[in-house]
Parts: sequence; structure tokens; C-alpha cells
Amino acid sequence: MNQWMFSILWIGGIGAVCGTALAFAARYLSVEEDPRIEQVTNELPGANCGGCGFAGCADYARALVTTSAATSLCPICNSAVIARIAAIFGRTAEAVERKVARIQCGGSDAEALRRFAYNGIADCAAAAATGGGDKACAYGCLGYGSCARVCPVGAIAISSGLASVNPATCIGCGKCVPVCPRGLIMLVPAAARIHVLCSSKDKGPVVKKVCGVGCIGCTLCVKLSDGAIAMDGFLAKVDYSKPLTNDALVDKCPGHCIQTIG
Amino acid sequence: MKPIRAPYCFSGGIHPVYSKDLTRSAPIQTLPCPPQLVIALSQHLGAPAVAIVKAGDSVSGGQRLADPAGVISAPIHAPTSGKILRIEPAPTPLGRPVPAIILEPDGHDTWDSPLTPMPDWSRLDRKSLAGQVGAAGVVGMGGAGFPTQVKLSPPADKPIDTLIINGAECEPYLTGDHRLMLERAEALWQGAAIIRYILGAKTVHIAIEDNKPDAIQALESARTLEDAAVCILKTSYPQGSEKQQIYSVTGRVVRTGGLPMDVGCVVENVGTTLAVWDAVVNGRPLVSRTITVSGDAVAAPANFLALIGTPFAALVDACGGARGRIAKIISGGPMMGFAQASLDVAMSKTSSGLLLLSASRVPGFTSQPCIACGRCLDACPMGLMPAELSQCIEADDIDAAEHLFVMDCFECGSCAFVCPAHRPLVQHMRRAKAIILARRRAAIKK
Amino acid sequence: MKPQSSADLHIVSSSPHAHSGASVSRIMADVLIALVPAFAAACWFFGWDAIRLTAACVTACLASEWLCRKAMRRDNTLSDLSAVVTGVLLAFNLPPALPTWMAVAGSVVAIAIAKQTFGGLGYNPFNPALIGRAFLLISCTGPMTTWSASAWRGADALTTATPLGLVKEALKAGQPLPFTLTQDMTWNFFIGNMNGCIGEVSAAAILLGVAYLLFRRVITWHVPVAYLGTAVLYAVILRFTSANAMPVSFHLFTGGLMLGACFMATDMVTTPITRSGLLLFGVGCGLLTMVFRTVVNGAYPEGVSFAILIMNAFTPLINRATKRQPFGAKSP
Repeated sequence: MNQWMFSILWIGGIGAVCGTALAFAARYLSVEEDPRIEQVTNELPGANCGGCGFAGCADYARALVTTSAATSLCPICNSAVIARIAAIFGRTAEAVERKVARIQCGGSDAEALRRFAYNGIADCAAAAATGGGDKACAYGCLGYGSCARVCPVGAIAISSGLASVNPATCIGCGKCVPVCPRGLIMLVPAAARIHVLCSSKDKGPVVKKVCGVGCIGCTLCVKLSDGAIAMDGFLAKVDYSKPLTNDALVDKCPGHCIQTIG
Repeated sequence: MKPIRAPYCFSGGIHPVYSKDLTRSAPIQTLPCPPQLVIALSQHLGAPAVAIVKAGDSVSGGQRLADPAGVISAPIHAPTSGKILRIEPAPTPLGRPVPAIILEPDGHDTWDSPLTPMPDWSRLDRKSLAGQVGAAGVVGMGGAGFPTQVKLSPPADKPIDTLIINGAECEPYLTGDHRLMLERAEALWQGAAIIRYILGAKTVHIAIEDNKPDAIQALESARTLEDAAVCILKTSYPQGSEKQQIYSVTGRVVRTGGLPMDVGCVVENVGTTLAVWDAVVNGRPLVSRTITVSGDAVAAPANFLALIGTPFAALVDACGGARGRIAKIISGGPMMGFAQASLDVAMSKTSSGLLLLSASRVPGFTSQPCIACGRCLDACPMGLMPAELSQCIEADDIDAAEHLFVMDCFECGSCAFVCPAHRPLVQHMRRAKAIILARRRAAIKK
Repeated sequence: MKPQSSADLHIVSSSPHAHSGASVSRIMADVLIALVPAFAAACWFFGWDAIRLTAACVTACLASEWLCRKAMRRDNTLSDLSAVVTGVLLAFNLPPALPTWMAVAGSVVAIAIAKQTFGGLGYNPFNPALIGRAFLLISCTGPMTTWSASAWRGADALTTATPLGLVKEALKAGQPLPFTLTQDMTWNFFIGNMNGCIGEVSAAAILLGVAYLLFRRVITWHVPVAYLGTAVLYAVILRFTSANAMPVSFHLFTGGLMLGACFMATDMVTTPITRSGLLLFGVGCGLLTMVFRTVVNGAYPEGVSFAILIMNAFTPLINRATKRQPFGAKSP
């Protein structure tokens, strides 16, 4: 019996001492923090993707409370969440349009030629620096996966030497954009469905020689799109601020470079 | 002075299979002019030259086609007479296209050089001689392509006392410089004398590896200069690298980030020295060079004297074409040369070799991890730690790589040569150096 | 577009485009060849047990590696032969009477935990074979320190224990040493005519092996010389300072010192990469081994495995301390 009492008293005693110490610390050693920081952190998605430009959600919350950071910086938050965050500060939120990444190239190995067999680091910047890149098109996706590796949610897949973004998974954080050595990745409105999947600035005959789905600069899409597509040199470019719903463009494009995604 | 053995040798280095027997006994043949010459406007370190002719112009051999753009630049001259067809981007040995002048030779080879021969050079002032070298478009023909006039004009606070002519030719397969030393030893010594005069230096050494005994003999027989000697180096790659050669010949150490002139030395390649001789004594601009075409996928390896702008395909045809399937085409030597996508590239002032290799001679790089065997540390002539460097760079820790002196790496390839895991070490170094340089440029902009 | 055959394309890579022909599998093959004399000695002295244990460990290591790579969805690395080397070295560190299933368990721990969880060859901080042995020592201490008499082929006095074990027991009990070292006995120790782990007994066989490795330039002299040299120096000093000290040859030839110094402490991945670092590593191993043997009165008579594992932990620190300055660097 003595042994039991002994153990209970000792363990209980240690517990009591620790509990008192914790209570003391919680009262006298606590750091004053604006309660709004925790409120905002709870509203934020907690992905810590860095898309807002801050080092994680807690850092953004702190910035929102202590500085005059904009409430709409988080690319994952939808309008409802942003409205709630703004309400914590007594502000009204700006309307946000959700964006997703798009890799502006459709040249997989089935369609686009390679000019040599690359042997080296499986990194797109390294491949682009070796012999000028192994895609025959000087502007095309090399497909070594640097963008896929940097994506925090695994939204980018490499298939047959071509990277593509899954718009349903993409949170629009923008981390992939600076990684591409060819500058192929853009953030476009999530609602946009029709895209010109080509970034080649070459003339039509040159493009045809190296890729079966490249823009040949025929300008047919410009005429059929009511001003939503304009030519930039020999390359057609979609203006996402204008409405574009003509799905027939996909079949009409002689270069086969217009696709619908999403 | 009789030939001397180099008193030192750099630590590290490798001993590859040299395969120089394929062409070491092949005298330099003059390659006939091809039907078209593609002359890139960027054949040197520094700003590309600016074309001063346009499509449709008729030019004579030796006529200036492009002016230098800035101090670190060089002019470009027509290798032969003909018509300018087009000026358009053309592929170069380094990869993506740069603007180039497409010249169609007319077969007459009429010559009209803007330079005047200066046979009496020892009486002229040094600055005008250096100017002649610059006006002739002479650049470092060992591979770097640094404008020679700039190298021969060191600032006044860096006096030069030793000139070293680099005849090491340490890359496997290449024998162009070896043949030049055998066949043009007298002109080579003359060129050395001219450069020594321009620099105001005292001693001149022709540094040569001990695997070229016939060239050592030929140079010694032709030597008539005072204060000049053939310096025999231990055969070791990369003995032909500037800093390593200066140390082997003189024992002087060029500091990190420094230049040979900091220790009173200048190193010039054999080909460059002959080009200087040609420019000063004959008034001839740099329009041709020796190139070794070799490899096990070439029918008849040979050494050529070819015009700048000669397509690689023409060189291969002159060698009897390819033998078997070509797995790799290399411009330069196998250690530091550039692999090519095709033979539709033209040679430039710095093309020292063209190698066609079959698959059995092409090792591949893998993505295996480092096993810390330490062989790369033994091989690195700069005393770096490639194993640790490559692991930092793979983990994207470029700051750590900078602290481990990655900027001192001159990409000789010794580390990757010995790596049992076949890691692409040089590619890692290049990647880190590019990122560091970009950061420095961005910092300067701010 | 017409489908493109990659056979028509030339290969473009970064320089260099030449290679010495070295490869990891060639290095591992050389290590295996160097271990042949020790294997022959093991078969000679321990018969079927040596073959059984080696086969079990090698098979278990290969199988573990294959399974782990498959489960991790990474490429198959069996062809680099490193799993074979781990299996052989682990087997050589086991007593002859060890049950096969324990050898298999040790192999699985060595490969799956000590090697593959870190990412495979090149990433492991500790010597996998020694982790396997340490695991067995701690989990199956009895079988790992039982030396069967049946496989014994030698002097009557040493039937159920290793020479080191006997000395330790005698010292603990304060009794005189159970034997006196004669010339004959030293010779027996040198060629391996004693009880111990199957691969560690024959110093002669191990020396043959390390000579081959040095000739083939697989290893450098630094670790074996520093390790053995430190141990010998320590033993020599002991001879002059302690009444109970065993002769130097006793320390050198008994226990796992030779095997450890020549094959375990020379593992490239887990040891420093610089030459001076290797010397430091060897000295540290030697000191720790001798301290474990002569000073610490603990449960184990043998300290080589733990000495090497502890020094493995110091490898990154040693690498950093012995970082070299490049050619032409400004003085720090």
C-alpha cells in the first residue's frame, strides 16, 4: 500500500508543480497578440503556398493586421472567404477572379520534333542551356518537369514530353511561372476555356516543319473570334478580358493549336 | 636556352586515352573552298561584331565584313572573294542561331586586305602593332576567343615579364597545334618574338607536353631567339589551361578571380601566335585556321587548314565521310567541346576540332547519387570539391556552392571524367555559375 | 507529323564527352573480389555455416533492396552490387552458429532501414552492414555472442569463446589469463584458427584483400593505416603502462579490428571525402575501439562496430573541418 501512495504522491506532485508552472507562464509570460491575427489565419486555407507573396498563411495574416496589405492577395480564396476576411477589418472586399496556370504549348513528342537526344540533368533550365534545348521548336516545352516539381499541389503532369496543368487542382499560386526557362506558363482566368496552345514566334512554314500543333499565323481565328484573339507578329494570342465562346474554333484552326481546357 | 623541363606540375588532373595517333602524323592539308561559307558575327568573347556589308554586295578576300562593337570585340573579314547572299540567323557550335553572313565564293579568291604588311615590326611602336593585331580580327584560337589585342595591351600597372606560348594541346584527339609546331616552327618563333616585343616581356617559353617529342625537336632546331626556350611539361590534362600552365612553367599562382597578368605572365595559343605573325608580317587578317577532324566514326581522320565559315559537313566529306552511325558530334575536344545537333553548323575562329564518335565511345550521364568516393577531389586541378558542390547545387543551395568556390571552376571536365556514378558534374557547375552571374547582374542593376 | 525515331538523333550533352570507364558496380565488384580470400578462410574454418550465412545475407539484402525500391517507386539499383557487398560484409560480421532467420532479419534492417529509408546508396549516413550487426547485437545478444564448439577446428583451450571474450571474462573476475600467448598461438590468430565472426578471424586473408583494393585504387591507405596504427600505438602504450596488457599482436589479430579497419571503415559513402578527413576518421575509430576494448567494462568485448558507427556520425563534421582551399585562393 505504501508503494502505491508513494507513487501517486510523487507523480501527482510533479503534475501539480508542472501545472502551476504552466499556469504561471500562461499568465505572466504570455505575448500580447492581436486576436484578429488568429481569426484571419483560421479563415485562410492554410496551404502555405506562398502565392500571396508572404511566407505562409500566418505571415500573411500578420501582415494584413499590422500593415495595409490587400485582402485579396490569396489566390486560393474565393470571394466569400475574402469577404469574411475583409469583414474582420470592417472593410468591403474587392471582387476576385480565380486564376489558374496554363502552359502555352501543345507540342508533345507525338506532335513536335526533337532536334537531338538530350543526355543530362532532368531539369528544364539545364536542358534549355545545353545546345539550345532539344525541342526543334525554339519556343516549345521541353518536358523535363521543373514546373511539376515546384507545384505545391501536384497540379502539373508531364505526359509524352509535354507539361500540362489540371485546372481543377491548380490553386493559381503562380510558383510555376518563373521556373519555366521558355516563359511558357501564364496565369489565366479559371473560367476561360478556349486557348491558343502555342508560343512560337516563328513564321508559319518554319513552325510546320517542327510541330504539328503550332500556330501558323493564318489569322483565321482573329476573324472568327469577334476581337477576342489578336495577332502578335506571327502568333495568335487570346485576350482574356474579352468573352470567347466559339468552340468551333478548335476544329477550324488549320494549325490545330486551339484547344479547350476545363 | 636548351629545352627545359617544367619545374612544377599542377596537382590533380587526369590521364585520358589520347587517341592522337589517328591524326598526329597527318600533315595539314588545305581544304578547298566550299560552295558556301557561313560566317557568324559572334566568333569571340564579348559583343558580337556589327555587319558593315549587306545582301547582294560583292566582297574581296580579306575585306572587312563586320566592325567590332565595343572594346571587348573583334572585326570579321571575308575568307575569300564572293557575293554576300544573305545576313540571317544561323546555328553555331554553341547552340541557338546567331546572325551570320552567308557568303558565296566566286572561285577567284581575289584578295584585298585593308592591312599593310609590317616586316620591319621591331622598329615600330608597340601600340600600333597591337592595333594591327586587333584590326586583323585575331582572337584566342585555343577555344576561348578572347580578342588578342586586349590581351596584348595590359594596363601599365601590370608589367609582363614572361610570355608563354601554349603548345600543350592537352585535349584528346586534337593534333592541329602539334602539326603547326612541326611544320611552322620558324614562323611560330617569329610570332612569339613579335608578341614578346608588343608586351615588353623578357622571356618567352613555348610550353609543350612531353607526348610530342618530334615537335619538341622541331621547335628546338628552329629556335634562334635569345631568352627563349622550349619548356617540356608533364603530360596531364588540363596542362593547357592558363593558370595551371603558368604554375607548371614558373611556379607562380594566379589568385582566385585574378588574371595571368597579375603575376606578370601572358599565355597565347600556338594558333593565335601564328595568326599574329600573319597579321603583322603579311598583313593578313584572320580568315582561316587549322582544325583536326577525328574520331572513330570518321572514315579518314585528318588535319585541315580551312576557311572560317566552312560547314562541318564539308569537313567530314573531305575526310571520306562518316563511318558507321554517328552517335555524337563534338566541336572542339572531348573534354571541353560542345556536342552538336547536326553537321549543319559552320566552323568559327575558335573551332579547334571536329569529332565524330560512335555509340561505344559515348559515355552517358546518369542521375545516380554521389557515393563520396573522392576521386573528383583528386582530379580537380583547381582543388575544388566537386562532390560536395554538385550535391549543394542539386539541392538548389547555390549560396553554399558559391562559398565552396564554384566560380573558380573552369569546366575542364576532369571531375566528371573520373566519377564512377557518371554524374553530370560540369552541367551542375555551369548551372550554378549561370545563376550566380545572373544574381550579380541583377544586383548591379539595382 | 511523321513519328520521330530517336535513333536518328545525335546525342547532345554537357561536356565532358569522355569518361574513365569507372563505375559503381566495378568498384563493388572489386570489393567482392577482395573479400574472396576472407570467404575462403571462413569456409575453411567454419564450413557450411559460412556458406549458409553468406548466402542468406546476400539473398535477403538483394530481396530487401528490390522490394524497397519497388515500394518507393524508384529505379531498381540491384545492378550496382552494393546490396551484395552489404550482405557479404554483414555475414562476415556474424558468429557461425547464428540462426539463419536472424541473419535475414539483420539484412532486412541493414538495407531497408539503414540504407533505403535515407534514399539508397549515397544518402545513408551509417554503414548499413554495421547497423544490421548492431541491431542483432542488441536484439539477439545471446546468439550473437555464442560461439559454437562444433565448428571449431583448433586449440583445445579456446572452444566456447573468442579470445577477446576470454580475456574480458578473466579480467572481470580478477583471474589470471586463461592462456599464455605463444608463437604458435599468434600464428593461429594471424591465419584465423580461432573462434569469432566468420569473416573477421583470418587477418591474413583480410590483408590479401586490402592489398588488392589498394592496388586497384578502390581505397586509399589513409583509413586502414590510421585505424590500425592508432590501435597498435594504443596497445604499445598499454604494454608499458598496464600490467594486464595483452600483446600488440593479440589486439591486432583477434576480434573484428582487421575486418573493420580494412573493409568496414573504408566504406566510401559513410566516411569523409578528404584525405586528411580520412586520417582523422581512422584515428578516431582506432581510439574508440581500443577504449571500448580495454577501458570500458561493459557487456561487449568488442568495440569495432560501435566505434565505426559513432565515427560515421562525425563524418559530416570532419568533412566540414577538412574542407580544402582551392588553387590560388586568397589566404583565409
